[in-house]
Amino acid sequence: MTPITPDKTLDTSGLNCPLPVLKTKKALEELQPGQILEVISTDPGSKADIPAFCQRTGHELVATEERDGKYIYYIKKKG
Amino acid sequence: MATERLAIIATKGTLDMAYPPLILASVAASLGVETAIFFTFYGLNIIHKEKMKNLKIAPVGNPAMPMVFPESVKKTPVVGQLAGLMEAAFPGPPQIMGIIPGMTDFMTGMMKKMMKEKGVASIEELVELCKEADVKLIPCQMTMDLFGYKYEDLIDGLEPPAGATEFFNYVLAADKPMIIFV
Repeated sequence: MTPITPDKTLDTSGLNCPLPVLKTKKALEELQPGQILEVISTDPGSKADIPAFCQRTGHELVATEERDGKYIYYIKKKG
Repeated sequence: MATERLAIIATKGTLDMAYPPLILASVAASLGVETAIFFTFYGLNIIHKEKMKNLKIAPVGNPAMPMVFPESVKKTPVVGQLAGLMEAAFPGPPQIMGIIPGMTDFMTGMMKKMMKEKGVASIEELVELCKEADVKLIPCQMTMDLFGYKYEDLIDGLEPPAGATEFFNYVLAADKPMIIFV
């Protein structure tokens, strides 16, 4: 897999529901359409919440990874 | 696009009951749903400048309340061992303890500390996030009069006080109206 180069990284480590989703929404507002946001979370609830957020808002969840107990999401801002 | 409008009615003024309306509202708004919270009865305290900082959680009459000792307290010598013994002996604070003066404040302090350590947002923080997400925060006119709260006693950035009729009129004007009662 080609590594994804994010345009911006948002680290929400230590934060719990609903903060990761709310901060993701805000961070996406600062990006241009097509740019990629990397979201790092330690909240296990984010595994369901981030995909649900993307499905609902139309942003594309490009990839998901689990590394060292952290959940990492790559979200492409919708055009 | 069909309009979706979510209205949450917040009627409780305890710390635990202040969370659900604020969490649901901020998330719904961030998902693009037009969202409002109608604060009535004790729910008004959630948007009261002073009272919002002192919302409490009561052990009395709350048999579901667990023992709340934050990790940092559990790791403290002696106190932590005591906390461990309490946790092992009781599923929650015994109801009789709740009537001891200061117990509600103590339990509230422990709960707030535990929330902070687990990365749960504070009430003030969530209210701000709701405002940023354009959640309409509507105080109930009748209960403001009842409790003698003035509009200036409440936090900034609220909608004008409204009554039940105006509130329903607003919600039902949407194609998909939704109401949650807390």
